[in-house]
Amino acid sequence: MKNENIVELKGISVAFGGEKVLDDFNLEIKDKEFVTLLGPSGCGKTTTLRLIAGFLEPDGGDVIFEGRRINDLPGYKRHVNTIFQRYALFPHLNVYENVAFGLRIKKLPEKEIKAKVTEMLALVNLSGLEKRNIDTLSGGQQQRVAIARAIANHPRVLLLDEPLAALDLKLRKDMQKELKKMQEQLGITFIFVTHDQEEALTMSDRVVVMNNGKIQQVGTPQDIYNEPLNAFVADFIGESNIVDGKMLRDFYVEFSGQRFDCLDKGFEPDEPVDVVVRPEDVDIVAPDKGMLTGVVTSVAFLGVHYEIIVDIGGFKWMIQTTDEHFEGDRVGLYIEPDAIHIMKKSEYSGLYGDYSSYSEEIDHLSDADYGEEDGGE
Amino acid sequence: MKALARLYVALIIFFLYAPVLVMIFFSFNESSSVWVFTGFSFDWYTGLATDVTMLNALKHTLIVAVLSAVISTVLGTAAAVGITALRNKFSKKIIMSVTQIPMMNADIVTGISLMLLFIFIGKLLGLRESLGFLTVLTAHITFNLPYVILSVLPKLRQTDASLREAALDLGCTPLQAFFKVIMPAISTGIITGFIMAFTLSLDDFVISYFTCGHYQTLPIIIYNMTKKSVTPDTYALSTIIFACVFALLIMYNMLQTKSESKKAAKAQP
Amino acid sequence: MNKKSLGNKLITSPYIVWAAIFIVVPLVIMLYFAFTDPSGAFTAENLSHLGKYKKAFGLSILYAAIATVITLVLAYPMAYFMTKLKISSQRMLLLVVMLPMWMNFLIRTYSWITILANTGIINTLLGKFGIGPVKLMYTPGAVILGMVYDFIPYMILPIYSVMSKLDKSLLEAAEDLGSNSFTKFKRVILPLSRPGVISGITMVFVPSVSTFYISQKLGGNKTLLIGDAIEYLFNLGPDYYNVASALSMVLMVMILICMFIMNRFSDDDDGGVII
Repeated sequence: MKNENIVELKGISVAFGGEKVLDDFNLEIKDKEFVTLLGPSGCGKTTTLRLIAGFLEPDGGDVIFEGRRINDLPGYKRHVNTIFQRYALFPHLNVYENVAFGLRIKKLPEKEIKAKVTEMLALVNLSGLEKRNIDTLSGGQQQRVAIARAIANHPRVLLLDEPLAALDLKLRKDMQKELKKMQEQLGITFIFVTHDQEEALTMSDRVVVMNNGKIQQVGTPQDIYNEPLNAFVADFIGESNIVDGKMLRDFYVEFSGQRFDCLDKGFEPDEPVDVVVRPEDVDIVAPDKGMLTGVVTSVAFLGVHYEIIVDIGGFKWMIQTTDEHFEGDRVGLYIEPDAIHIMKKSEYSGLYGDYSSYSEEIDHLSDADYGEEDGGE
Repeated sequence: MKALARLYVALIIFFLYAPVLVMIFFSFNESSSVWVFTGFSFDWYTGLATDVTMLNALKHTLIVAVLSAVISTVLGTAAAVGITALRNKFSKKIIMSVTQIPMMNADIVTGISLMLLFIFIGKLLGLRESLGFLTVLTAHITFNLPYVILSVLPKLRQTDASLREAALDLGCTPLQAFFKVIMPAISTGIITGFIMAFTLSLDDFVISYFTCGHYQTLPIIIYNMTKKSVTPDTYALSTIIFACVFALLIMYNMLQTKSESKKAAKAQP
Repeated sequence: MNKKSLGNKLITSPYIVWAAIFIVVPLVIMLYFAFTDPSGAFTAENLSHLGKYKKAFGLSILYAAIATVITLVLAYPMAYFMTKLKISSQRMLLLVVMLPMWMNFLIRTYSWITILANTGIINTLLGKFGIGPVKLMYTPGAVILGMVYDFIPYMILPIYSVMSKLDKSLLEAAEDLGSNSFTKFKRVILPLSRPGVISGITMVFVPSVSTFYISQKLGGNKTLLIGDAIEYLFNLGPDYYNVASALSMVLMVMILICMFIMNRFSDDDDGGVII
């Protein structure tokens, strides 16, 4: 069978000043695929992008493009273009000249350039703004110019480094759809970097979850959400209650002092495991009908549903429900077997999935930093 | 309070310009005195036009100023780019410290140390005259360089590092990336550096004094004139220089306001 | 990565070579001259000659210090008032302040003679009222005046540029927190303008302490400053280069010490006095 991988990273390691940013990193990306590298700041996702773009040479391992090793091929010779985090539009050139930049470098005839630029600006809905100065454009328009400038060069692979981070929420949603449509239409491989899990889930064919320079899980958005491999992934993607458990036998697990039927198998008898239950998969019932019982310690109304925290034997569960409950209420929890997901113990066990410090966590998330990333140069 | 502030500003300006006005006034004196005004005349100005030493010195000054400004701008801009890209903090610190020496040091020390070097080299090469055009030019480049570097560096620091990468990404070679993207972004710094270098060189007396030998520049001629008793021709020369600088500054200012209003107009959608 | 650093070396090295030959080596040669006699033998004798120039050093520091203080006192309000004006007037005024700097300082200094001399403008005016002539020229006062006059733009400009960049919201915040204009000035503007003051002080003090032209013209032969001594010795010929180099070394070290002290002041942030 023909090798349909367009980009392969094999055994890559990168270190800055003795600190390992990527460590024995392996990834294969198929042609025309929309792949997202997802992870918190400093996880190595931007570094991965820069390796492919050619701004960085790995300390070890191979970068392979269409079956050819390109470790030492400089960036300007690669069929790859980048959309930069802050767009990196050339401030001394107008919209037209920015889009024409790469074509002029290729020394294309003026007529061809004009046709191409016009086509690209039409594609990103910026027709008529050719003569505008970059600094007179809105953030969204600048973003579009950056896209037009990159795809004007017909790259085989487009690298997008948190391109939507600087846009406001509504614009970001629109751009997500538009980018996805554009990718399907143009048939270009997109490698998209973000720390926004929702963005990753809505746009990608495949998501690569990264942390500390290592891949935590690769899979479709559904896989990643429904079958997280470890506590880090479960916590980073969506909300999760993660509790210690013991796999008594196949399809039978014990946690929070109770025993539950589940759909997982293949563990050693009595193997300690992490148990994940998503907040939306828990039903609240009367205390005497619950498989678990606890006391409501906080309630937040979020519009679509309530988010309530329930204390069960000292462990705080988050539950999303459309019914109203009040602080101090005693409630029962009912969990279907298919809502229970079992993971092997990992280095992340015990670090995530408890909502006892919930309010602080919200503060921490709200000032998520999109500015700083990886620090790789 | 406001009136008092205005009065204060006016007084300081008067203080700054009193000697200048005196100089302009006496440059039109009929007699050769710079004390007693006897009558109005242009004689000192017409006399200048035929003064060969003066014209030669003017030529020397301009040659040295233009050459030293151009060379230090090229060398300094390249150095600034290199320094910005330096990863080694220690060598960066050393280079920057050495760069600041000519700015911080007293001119007389810079001038003398350069003179000693030139004489030493002259002796090595067995030259009869160690000082001259080349040495004064070298000296000027040396004291211009830090000003160029320090006016380009902040511009480079302000320039988004991804601009260069964007250029490379779009197919530029590193050299093309510099000329097509980085240069335009730091052009104001380069121009400022060039203008500073040019004017510093025009005006320099102390360092030229120790390094020029017989290649005398205008400030040296003026120095020699003020050593003897001064006649209004020196004032006439200075008045001309003053008028030129004045005109240049006004022009520069007008250009700046114009480009700003243009920018402001462009910003309107 | 290697290619990048190679290109980098290529563009930086001409400057590094230049700086080494024309900045570092000359100072080394000066050091060598300071510790040798005219025949080239090592000696510390030059330094023992320095005693003769104690007075010149003392006067240089004294005059430069007085001139720096006067300059600061005159320039600070000037810079402050400038920031209060309309932007367009500020720019005009900035040009007005800079313009004399572009003139040859020899001439600017020299024209003071026309003003201060016994037969000069001031004494002529005074004479009309039957006073004088008052001896103004060839006095320490005239030398200090010359220093203040020549270098005051170097004090105004850095202070102004720091003050004009002060965040307006800081001042509003100060008002909001109940400062009147005096406390606002003392608590906010003064401490925040310190970097400008520090660089102004160095930019005035260094040329003042090392000048030789101002003292020659306005001080006559009576005030021998260290710059005069160095210039005089160098003009005597190669036999005197060694002593002159020793003097230059000491001057340089002195300036370095002063700068070091100034930097100390700019580093601590507890709002201590500036001078």
